[in-house]
Amino acid sequence: MNIIVCIKQVPDTTEVRLDPVTGTLIRDGVPSIINPDDKAGLEAALRLKDQYGAKVILVSMGPLQADAALREGLAMGADDAYLVSDRAFGGADTWATSSTLASAIRKIGGYDLIVTGRQAIDGDTAQVGPQIAEHLGLVNISYAEEVKVEGNAVIVKRQFEECYHMIRAKFPCLITALAELNEPRYMTPGGIKEAYQSKEVNMLTRADLDVEENNIGLKGSPTRVFKSFTKAVKGKGAVVKLDTAESVDWLMEKLQEKFII
Amino acid sequence: MNNQEHQGVFIFVEQIDGEAKGVSFELLGKGRELAAELNTQVTAVLPGYHVEELAKELAWYGADRVIMVDDPALETYMNEPYVKALTTVVETYKPEIILYGATAIGRDLAPRVSARVHTGLTADCTKLEIQEETSHLMMTRPAFGGNIMATILCPEHRPQMATVRPGVMRRCAKDETAVCPVEWMLIPDLAESKNVEILEILKKVSEKPDIMDANILVAGGRGMGCAGNFAMLEELADALGGTVAVSRAAVDSGWQGKEQQVGQTGKTVRPNLYIACGISGAIQHLAGMEESDIIIAINRDETAPIFEVADYGVVGDACKVVPLLTKAIKEFSGRSFL
Repeated sequence: MNIIVCIKQVPDTTEVRLDPVTGTLIRDGVPSIINPDDKAGLEAALRLKDQYGAKVILVSMGPLQADAALREGLAMGADDAYLVSDRAFGGADTWATSSTLASAIRKIGGYDLIVTGRQAIDGDTAQVGPQIAEHLGLVNISYAEEVKVEGNAVIVKRQFEECYHMIRAKFPCLITALAELNEPRYMTPGGIKEAYQSKEVNMLTRADLDVEENNIGLKGSPTRVFKSFTKAVKGKGAVVKLDTAESVDWLMEKLQEKFII
Repeated sequence: MNNQEHQGVFIFVEQIDGEAKGVSFELLGKGRELAAELNTQVTAVLPGYHVEELAKELAWYGADRVIMVDDPALETYMNEPYVKALTTVVETYKPEIILYGATAIGRDLAPRVSARVHTGLTADCTKLEIQEETSHLMMTRPAFGGNIMATILCPEHRPQMATVRPGVMRRCAKDETAVCPVEWMLIPDLAESKNVEILEILKKVSEKPDIMDANILVAGGRGMGCAGNFAMLEELADALGGTVAVSRAAVDSGWQGKEQQVGQTGKTVRPNLYIACGISGAIQHLAGMEESDIIIAINRDETAPIFEVADYGVVGDACKVVPLLTKAIKEFSGRSFL
C-alpha cells in the first residue's frame, strides 16, 4: 500500500501577535510548524504503515524552507519526500495550488490513498484536499476522525456537525484528516539522523511537472487578494476595578439599564 | 469568459432530513441585498429527496425562485451526487454568484464544484459587498488564524463563489404571504455517481441547546480554574434564561465539549448578551463573539484583550463574582414578580 501525505509548513498562528502601534502582524520570530491537521494525517498514515505495512510518501508545496517540515515528517517515519517548489508556483490560490499538487501526485504515481489535512491554520480554507481529489478524479472523504483499511478499501468515520458517517471507499481515494484524529508521535533521535543523513527530499519544479501555464501560480488563480487589513476594534467600554460586592452592584445596574433583567 | 452571460444570485440550501440549516435562511437574507444592488433575482437551489415542503419556507425568507433537484441519490448528503447536482445547475443557469454555508457540508461540496467548473471560491466569509465600479463581489474573510481580514475578488471567472460562516449574516423578516415559482430539475443517472458507501450514520447526542440559537450566553474560559466551576456558570445562565458556552482553552483542558465552543475553530455567535467569565480573549475567540450586542467581561487580568471589546468589564475573579451576581439576579427577579 502506498500512501501519499500532503503537508504544509505554516507559521504557528497562535503565536502571531499584532503590533499595538501599527496594527500590523508581527511575523518575526513566529515558529514554523507542520500544519496540525496535516500532522494528524501523517500520523494516521504512519499508523496504517505500522499496522498493515505501507510506504508513506510526503509531498509539500512551498518555498525551500519547507524542507524542514519534510525532514520532520521523515524523522517521524515517512519513507520518501517531495518538495514541489518553483517561483512559477508562487502566489497560487487554492485552485492553482491544488492543480499543481495534483500534477505532482500524478507524476509520483502508484498511490492507493492520499491523505491531506482538513485545513491549514494560516488559510483555514479546507479547499485544497477536495480540489486535489477533483483534479485527479478521485473520491474524497472529508473530516476523517477514524481511519482503517479493509481489503482494497478504506473505512472512515467522518465528522459532521450533528452526526458521523461511517463511509467505505475503494482505493484509490483521498481523505482529509482532523487534528482530533490522533496524537502525532515525536521524532526519534534515530529518525532525525536518518532524515538528514540517509533520506532525501526530492525536488519537483515547474520543468518536472506537466502543468499548463494558465493553471499555476498567480496567473492560474481565479481569486485575487484585493486588500488585507486588521480589524477595527470596537470602542472600548467601561472597565471597573472594585471589590466583589461593588462589582456585582455595578453589573446589576448595567443589566437593568439595558433591560436584560 | 463572458461575464455578462452570468446572472443572478444563487443560494445553496442545505437540508438534513428535510430541515433547512439556519445559515441557508441567513444567506437568502444576504442574497436579497446583493441581488437588489445587482438588479437581479435570488434563486434558492434545493437538492434533496421529497423536500418540496421546504420551497414554501424559502420564499418566506426571500427566494424569488426555487430550483428543486429532487432525487433519491440526494436524500443523504454524499459528495459526488451533490457536486454533480450543483455543477449541472451552474452549467444550466449560469449564475453570477453562488453562496454556500461554511458548514461541514458546504465546505466539502463547494471546493469540488469550484475545481470542476474552474472558478474561484472564498472560504468562511464574514462580509459580502458589491464593488461599485465593477459589480464584482467583494468577499471579506478572516485570515491568518483571525489575525487579519482579507478582501478577495474573483474578477474573471464566474460564478463567484463563497462559503459564509453561520451566524454572521442576518436573515430577513419572515413574510408568510410571499410565494415564488418552483422549477424542478431532473439530472439523469445521479444514482450512478454515488461512489462511496455509507455504512452507518451515527447521530451525536447533545442535550444542550445550540449556542448559536441562544440570546444570552454565559461563557467560561481557563480562568474558571476547573471543570467543577462551570456549575456556577450554568446557574447564572439559568437565572438569565441563557446557555453556557466555552472558549477553546476550556475545551482543550477537557472541561467542556467542543459543541459549546465559541471562536475561530468553534462557532460564531451574536447573542444579545455575552458574559465572558475567565476568558482572556485571544483573537481567535474574539472573532467568534465580538458581534454580540452587549459584552460583559469578568477577568482577573486587567490587561486581558477581552476588555478591549467588552461594553462592561469587571476586573476580578469570575469564580467569586459569578455566584454573587446569580444570587442578585435571582433576588431581583423574585422581587419584580411580587
